[in-house]
Amino acid sequence: MKKTILIMSAVVVIAAALTFLAARLPYQWHGVDETVVEKFAAAAGRPASPPLINTDQGDLLLFFFLIAGTAGGFVAGYCFREMFPPKKKG
Amino acid sequence: MSRKPILAAACLLAVFGLPSTARAMHISEGILPTQWAALWYALAIPFVAWGLRDLRVKSAREPFFKPMVGLIGAAVFVISCMPFPVPLAGTCSHPCGTGMAAIFIGPALTVVVSSIALLLQALFLSHGGLTSLGANIVSMGVVGALAGWSVFRLARRFGMPAWGAAFLAGMLSDWATYAATSFELTLALHGSGSLLKLFSAIGVSLLPTQLPLGILEGFVTAGVYSFIASRRPSLLYCLGVEPMPCAHKKPMEPAR
Repeated sequence: MKKTILIMSAVVVIAAALTFLAARLPYQWHGVDETVVEKFAAAAGRPASPPLINTDQGDLLLFFFLIAGTAGGFVAGYCFREMFPPKKKG
Repeated sequence: MSRKPILAAACLLAVFGLPSTARAMHISEGILPTQWAALWYALAIPFVAWGLRDLRVKSAREPFFKPMVGLIGAAVFVISCMPFPVPLAGTCSHPCGTGMAAIFIGPALTVVVSSIALLLQALFLSHGGLTSLGANIVSMGVVGALAGWSVFRLARRFGMPAWGAAFLAGMLSDWATYAATSFELTLALHGSGSLLKLFSAIGVSLLPTQLPLGILEGFVTAGVYSFIASRRPSLLYCLGVEPMPCAHKKPMEPAR
């Protein structure tokens, strides 16, 4: 238990340090679809149109990403347990 | 080794990685002209049909196959909507996971799981698009899967250690996916200009982001391979990833 708490704390500290560093860097962190794909498409006269189902409105997209993460994590965890059942103690 | 730290690390990764807008490789809505969008759909459909047939045949033969496909499918979905910041370029992009998937479930089924992941992303996450779905399936599903699978098989045939072959497969499948995306964009956008010039320009622009990300994907693939090889090696034989140690097929060993 103690080891788990130590590892968890180390992960949180490292993640926080990396996040802090990333936020301090003078970058916008745009995706390559914006910086490359959409840039070339716009230059060729075919700019990207809004998605047919546009969930990129306020916090709606955040909600869908959380749902996607939860659903994906649940399915992965469920199947993982089927494939790699916990080791029997003793 | 206790699984709690791994589980905790995975939860943290999901919390830090997922709840943000994933803007990366997928070709967005409206970029491809109708004829190109239709062509990529027409190219993708036979591969999806091949994958569905593969699922039916293999899951009838091996009862564990469906959970394996579920696990890999969920991994591909999560990995391909997780934007990674690349400090070298100051941009974000995502790995694809199709090289890893192709090693374990084969290229045909990788097309199916990629198609489902891409469809869900286009419908709910404003990531990619419905008109560009065919093109995205071809680049991520078909090209990524075939590249990863063939690189792994070739590397093993030439006697490379399994983890090294998995690393190469993961890395090269990522790069192949982005090369295919560049090619699709070039075909659709070059107009009367030079095909090669536009392809090189798009490829060079993707390079600073994808070069390190491909290497990261290689490490992830090698890590997953090593985990399965140490935890339940019989899976690799049953899935046909590695040849059987003996001439006849042994029944699957009970899970440890």
